[in-house]
Amino acid sequence: MEEQWNDSPGGFHPASAPDYLPVAQLRALQLHRLRGVVRRAYEHVPLFRQRMQERDLTPECLAGLEDVQRLPFTQKSDLRDTYPFGLFASPMSDIVRLHASSGTTGKPIVVAYTKEDLAVWAEVMVRCFAACGLHRGDVIQNAYGYGLFTGGLGAHYGAEALGATVIPVSGGNTDRQIMVMRDFGVTAICCTPSYFVHLVERAAELGVDIRQLKCKVGVFGAEPWTEGLRQHIEAESGIKAYDIYGLSEIIGPGVGIECPCQNGLHIFDDHFLVEIVDPRTGEPCPDGREGELVLTTLSKQAMPMVRYRTRDITCIIPEPCACGRTLRRIHRIARRSDDMFIIRGVNLFPSQIETALMGIAGTLPHYQIILTRHKGLDELAVEVEVTPELLSDQISAMEDLQTQLAAAIEKTVGLRAIIRLVEPHTIERSEGKAKRVIDRRSL
Amino acid sequence: MTLQQLSIFLENRPGHLITPCRVLAEAGINILTLSLADTQQFGILRLIVRDWQRAKAVLEAAGCVVKVTPVVAVEVSDRPGGLADILAALEKTEANVAYLYAFTLKCGTRGVMVFRFDQPDQAIAALAAAGIKIVSSDEIFSLLENDTTDGPVLC
Repeated sequence: MEEQWNDSPGGFHPASAPDYLPVAQLRALQLHRLRGVVRRAYEHVPLFRQRMQERDLTPECLAGLEDVQRLPFTQKSDLRDTYPFGLFASPMSDIVRLHASSGTTGKPIVVAYTKEDLAVWAEVMVRCFAACGLHRGDVIQNAYGYGLFTGGLGAHYGAEALGATVIPVSGGNTDRQIMVMRDFGVTAICCTPSYFVHLVERAAELGVDIRQLKCKVGVFGAEPWTEGLRQHIEAESGIKAYDIYGLSEIIGPGVGIECPCQNGLHIFDDHFLVEIVDPRTGEPCPDGREGELVLTTLSKQAMPMVRYRTRDITCIIPEPCACGRTLRRIHRIARRSDDMFIIRGVNLFPSQIETALMGIAGTLPHYQIILTRHKGLDELAVEVEVTPELLSDQISAMEDLQTQLAAAIEKTVGLRAIIRLVEPHTIERSEGKAKRVIDRRSL
Repeated sequence: MTLQQLSIFLENRPGHLITPCRVLAEAGINILTLSLADTQQFGILRLIVRDWQRAKAVLEAAGCVVKVTPVVAVEVSDRPGGLADILAALEKTEANVAYLYAFTLKCGTRGVMVFRFDQPDQAIAALAAAGIKIVSSDEIFSLLENDTTDGPVLC
């Protein structure tokens, strides 16, 4: 076995072969698969067929890849409206797994997999891990939650298929995570970036220096994060932090991954067709222009997704990657279109505020954005929890801090913000996605 | 020759000052003196306590953010010009007074004030050269321990 598999450190992993397909062949494969998936959805998903018929379209309309732009979009609300199984294209007898979203607003969304879908999922996850330099012999601590959430099992089966040793520790219980990491010789960890930050802080409290452990790679995803946070994580822990992208509606984690160049994420576009559209008009954006990521599954059977609006904001990086992969590359996703808020006609994202705060504070304090309306005028306030590092005994220094924070935000977003320094633990903590924006303007 | 001062961040809203006071009360820690600086939005409570390490620990355990800063306790004559003499001794140094406040105790005709200097070492040297007494933490604590009366201590 050993000689047949060149998966030693620095070696080329055989599962990564499709990452390097010649572009012409890759496009031909995509078109072939696109036709198949559209036909499948048309034949088996009533909502999709109805929308196609409304546009006088049939699956035969796809002369070339660009014809995907003629197809109707699929939205998250479509999954809710057809809850639970309305978008399935396979009979339940062929479906071997169901997952569901946490359903923070209303009903959860349910996603389905055939045996072949699970094989594709494991394959793309193997390619993710391989791109992060992981291989057989690595010990992977999988701290994504196991259960209905796709993160846990998605990473699990990928890591197993890679041939690595998987520790299915799941999420939570931070002290045990640290013990496992230290005692089991963990070389890589999978979790959300914010949880890893928490884990490193807790390790320091317990007197464990992550830098002294064997863990050298983090595969972080399931929430948008910034380049600044990556630098913070890498400096604090000594690991290389890779961004992994995915969403349950498409397959789960494994839609895209950073390579060692850490300059954008490669989308496995032999399985997922990438488009970028203007989030307001739905019109396609040229390469390099920022817009909403739209994905079409090219090989999914149980739940084919045609032109799914991810609400993630990114852009195509058209230049070839130094790693040699021919897969399309997108800029890291630091924000979602549904995180966006509009103040005085300016579109803003919490990540922009975050970048400004990190620039001044060095690390990211807990913060919250409060929008109010005063005499008909929108006001932007940012509440920032004071940390021991930010605190001074001198009022003048604290006022300087407020001024600096306001100036950094104004420089980034072009708006004056009121900075309110608040006591620790006054901003509500969230187990899942942090609530960054409170809009009180509707009152 | 410095004292350790604890600074606590407070929002300037009703009910926020009581939390650290209550925490120290429950831990049996007496506040020897304090100063409260405020802006419209927040304040900084500065405290001198005897066991500052324990006070810091209980305050932090209660969720306060605490900063430790060295300050200098200086004996000041309780007469017109007493404070001016001290400041005159500092005039030719780089030592800037960021803020100051007083202890309630008195040594005869002299009071004790807490100075927060930007450069405490320079200030201490200049004050000592001018014959002004710097009060050590041990002296402060023993003076205050002996303070069993309601009035000022005579020594």
